[in-house]
Amino acid sequence: MPTKQKWNLEIDESGIAWLAINVPGAKLNTLDRVALEQLELIVDQLNIDLPRGLVLYSSKDNGFVAGAEINEFTRIESVAQAQAHIAFAHSIFDRIEAMPVPKVVLIHGFCLGGGLELALTFDYLLAEDVPSCKLGLPEVKLGIHPGYGGSVRLIERIGAPKAMDMMLGGRVIPARAAKKLGLVDQLLAKRYFKVAARDFIRRVPEKHQAPKLQAHALKISWLRSLLANYLEKQVARRASREHYPAPYALIKLWRQFGANRDIMLAEEIQSASALFTTDTARNLVRVFFLQERLKSNRNQANAGDSGNIKHLHVIGAGVMGGDIAAWSALRGLRVTLQDQNPKSIARAMARARVLFKKKLKISRLVQAAMDRLIPDLNGAGVASADLIIEAIFENLEAKQQVFADIQARAKESAVLASNTSSIPIEHIAKTLDNPGRLVGIHFFNPVAKMQLVEVVKGRRTRKNVLDAAHAYTLQIGRMPVRVKSKPGFLVNRVLMPYLIEAVRMLDEGVNASQIDQVATRFGMPMGPIELADVVGLDICLHVAENLLGEARVPKSLKRKVKAGDTGKKSGQGYYLWSGDKAKKPEFKPPEGHTKDIERRMIYPMLNECVACLHEGIVASADELDAGVIFGTGFAPFKGGPMHMIQSIGREKMIDRLERLQATYGDRFKPNDGWEELKLFK
Amino acid sequence: MMSAVNIVDGSRTPFLKAGDKPGPFLASDLAVAAARPLLLRQPFTAQDLDEVILGCVMPTADEVNIARVVSLRLGCGKLVPAYTVQRNCASGMQAIDSAAKDIQLGRANLVLAGGTEAMSHAPVMLNDQMVAWLGRWMKARLLSQKLKTLGQLRPAMLAPVIGLLRGLTDHTVGLSMGQTTEIIADRFSISRERMDAYAVRSHQRLMAGIEQGHFKGEIEVLFDASGGQYTEDSGLRRDSSIESLAKLRPVFDRPYGKVTAGNSAQITDGAAWVILASDQAVRDYKLPVLGRLMDVNWAGLNPAQMGLGPVHASTPVLQRNNLSLQDIDYWEINEAFAGQVLGCLEAWESDDYCRDELGLKKSLGSIDQARLNIDGGAVSQGHPVGASGARIVLHVLNVLKRENLNRGIATLCIGGGQGGACLLEAGVK
Repeated sequence: MPTKQKWNLEIDESGIAWLAINVPGAKLNTLDRVALEQLELIVDQLNIDLPRGLVLYSSKDNGFVAGAEINEFTRIESVAQAQAHIAFAHSIFDRIEAMPVPKVVLIHGFCLGGGLELALTFDYLLAEDVPSCKLGLPEVKLGIHPGYGGSVRLIERIGAPKAMDMMLGGRVIPARAAKKLGLVDQLLAKRYFKVAARDFIRRVPEKHQAPKLQAHALKISWLRSLLANYLEKQVARRASREHYPAPYALIKLWRQFGANRDIMLAEEIQSASALFTTDTARNLVRVFFLQERLKSNRNQANAGDSGNIKHLHVIGAGVMGGDIAAWSALRGLRVTLQDQNPKSIARAMARARVLFKKKLKISRLVQAAMDRLIPDLNGAGVASADLIIEAIFENLEAKQQVFADIQARAKESAVLASNTSSIPIEHIAKTLDNPGRLVGIHFFNPVAKMQLVEVVKGRRTRKNVLDAAHAYTLQIGRMPVRVKSKPGFLVNRVLMPYLIEAVRMLDEGVNASQIDQVATRFGMPMGPIELADVVGLDICLHVAENLLGEARVPKSLKRKVKAGDTGKKSGQGYYLWSGDKAKKPEFKPPEGHTKDIERRMIYPMLNECVACLHEGIVASADELDAGVIFGTGFAPFKGGPMHMIQSIGREKMIDRLERLQATYGDRFKPNDGWEELKLFK
Repeated sequence: MMSAVNIVDGSRTPFLKAGDKPGPFLASDLAVAAARPLLLRQPFTAQDLDEVILGCVMPTADEVNIARVVSLRLGCGKLVPAYTVQRNCASGMQAIDSAAKDIQLGRANLVLAGGTEAMSHAPVMLNDQMVAWLGRWMKARLLSQKLKTLGQLRPAMLAPVIGLLRGLTDHTVGLSMGQTTEIIADRFSISRERMDAYAVRSHQRLMAGIEQGHFKGEIEVLFDASGGQYTEDSGLRRDSSIESLAKLRPVFDRPYGKVTAGNSAQITDGAAWVILASDQAVRDYKLPVLGRLMDVNWAGLNPAQMGLGPVHASTPVLQRNNLSLQDIDYWEINEAFAGQVLGCLEAWESDDYCRDELGLKKSLGSIDQARLNIDGGAVSQGHPVGASGARIVLHVLNVLKRENLNRGIATLCIGGGQGGACLLEAGVK
């Protein structure tokens, strides 16, 4: 059976070869095995009859090449298999690079990973001058590093310091920034692509390269070592070697072989192949797909169209309300922000401007976003909004009052939503004539950073309302997970036992810094004690009492809140805070105990995850994993809590929980969910 | 049949007194901020407007056809046309007049019209010598040429041209606006004390108006880039007194003049809008009618006495509509200068003036000051030149509604020797 052609080659009357990529039936171009095989044949053909110049571009509107086909990664089972595949790609890329004609690549939209590695084999990179044109080698985010020669060629082109910085952070940068780095030769409007390509082929200007002196200096091994040490220190601040080996492998590759391009190219194959089969890479790829699934509409067959909300009305301009409004305006919605207190609105508007400036950069776009975000002291926006989100303080009566007031003024088709973090949706809906109109849309703080949004189904929430809420979160580029309206929903419920157990250990006399360190070594982004301080101890207390009942709340938490030591915001919680930094006390690590500390914190969380799944808070283990990873930061390289349970094994887990129960009490008792065997398939 | 010109709603920003640096808002920002809440509370959308007309005297270089800039920023969409009008201090009133004509001619049913001005952003320019030097500098290629050109630079060439001061001067008669008021004060023997007393009263009336909540529904809160908010006119001096004003020195005719910063309108940033609707639009959208624009008149007069513009603009309106001065229930005469408002009242009271300058048989009589500028005026609120004309139209309508009155006139003087007047009637009660 002939496979569909992904490339189209045309030679024009002047002898220039125009090579277009367009993967049929796909939204984005990716380089899979078939694409590489077809490319090889084209390279053969070009080498037989050399053209005057070669131009590569994408004939897909939405971008150049988004990278290698990650789906294929999951099929790689051994290092040898990875080596064979990568070496094949190398052979093609090397031949393109060696072709003795001027080569131009025209880039619009995304040019990532393998796509950029392919582009780097060309002499000249020309990119569309718009913010949506982005380049990067984000491989480390999937637990690997560039493997199609990109590490060598990027360093040659822009110099090791800039190139390593870009690759180690997996940073994806706009074309304008890439021009400044020297990665892109020229920025231009798309309508000049062809003219410019011909011009470069005619002129054959000098190819962009790293500063000569720098390149020479870094051929010297002790100088390279010096920079490598510095880079390792930088990386260590973000990611541990144990959990995230890829950036360290990349530094090592360059440190050892950076003096010789041919050797480094060959060694890149070895280094990248070894990473492919690591647990970290597999789990990060898994998380990538979970994320893709939640972000596409596919997992909810009838989730309705994305993009129906034109006008959002937000009630309450506190931190959450203001930030939800700002984020939505950033993503193109017209937003009215209601609060009776102009000071709250003023603060929200100022925060919005900071966000817009950071994200949009161009002042014209910042102004347009500010113009979409409309202060609304009198709540006039209720009448024309498609979606109304209430984000006032957590008080049932006050929330009921809000909805009772607006239900008559709102359009009949308007969806009503509450950003409550703890109150069951059906309770709030009680005052509505039509309780099925209300849905929970629970954002996390800070809204601009937290991708996850819990879409909460109340007992009577209508399906079309739920779908509309779901579609809205997709519309604003967030990741929805559907949860049942039970106390704590998913994220807070899972997080709470972890926080409370940490505080309990603290009360038993374990050093706070040690608790936090054990948690971060496990792979949590922030230790539980610090997290409690950041969230605010008053809020933790409120949620804990709600979820666990007063009796199970540690005394120190009540005491702290009573004394007004509410955490970071008051300057004193479990830690003393100076500005953004907690003063962490020194401690002598008493060896051997850390596994116990780790399990006491992490296992109640895993236990709760099983309960959530058992009770149907979320529909599937995959959604739970994604929800917990993106809602709590749960060690992504472990692939999620349910995945972690799977890899330890159900029986072993139950056994360990029972042992913890025997030592520390019934709160570790495995819940009924462990008996539902189909959860562990 | 021609449609009536209905005014259905309006809004303005707080007027912000200019400091020693550019204020937090451009003229377009002010216009957008005032119009957004106004449009939000309408039963129609911004795209339903037939056009947007905005008066502005000194938009910045980035605000060419500022009406279009504002209209697009408001989300009126690409299809709604917009144009800018300029009649100096009456630009905002001109926008309303232009809208009214389009409605009467049947060209439009729904028009957003108003005025805006950010006087604190008035340009500071290079003088001509400096511009010429810069031209030579740009052309100089060789180092020797550059050095030679550099040697031609003189300190005097760096003296800036202050756009605002140039704009507030009538170059045909060579007088600043303040000086034209000095001439009127002299003609009618208006004393410094009367001017100061008038100014104090303006502040007191504004203060009382704010306390009684008279600006709710007229003024929309402004939010700036750094978390600040502005709820009321910032030029108000709550402690203004005759004693404190007496200490100020004359600014225009030194040292013997009477016009001071204290009895003049303030240099201010602000915007004001009204929505005008045809009878058809009122029916289609079931709009409440705040009032109707019954007549508009523009008049020219001696630029050296431009402050008497309201007398020349309003008198023909009265005559055309068979009304006496006293038939008008409420007046807004823009307070460009205390002395100029007092001069208008004197002119109407003067047999000589009415006979010689207006061609009447005798004086038209007096305006009861209890029916004039009862919530203060430009002396206390400020006078963002492009916006004031729209502000006084809106305020007359709001006062008519509040005080349950029938008929009002909004009128102002215009630098360059003109006056403008709008005759307004309250909507159906």
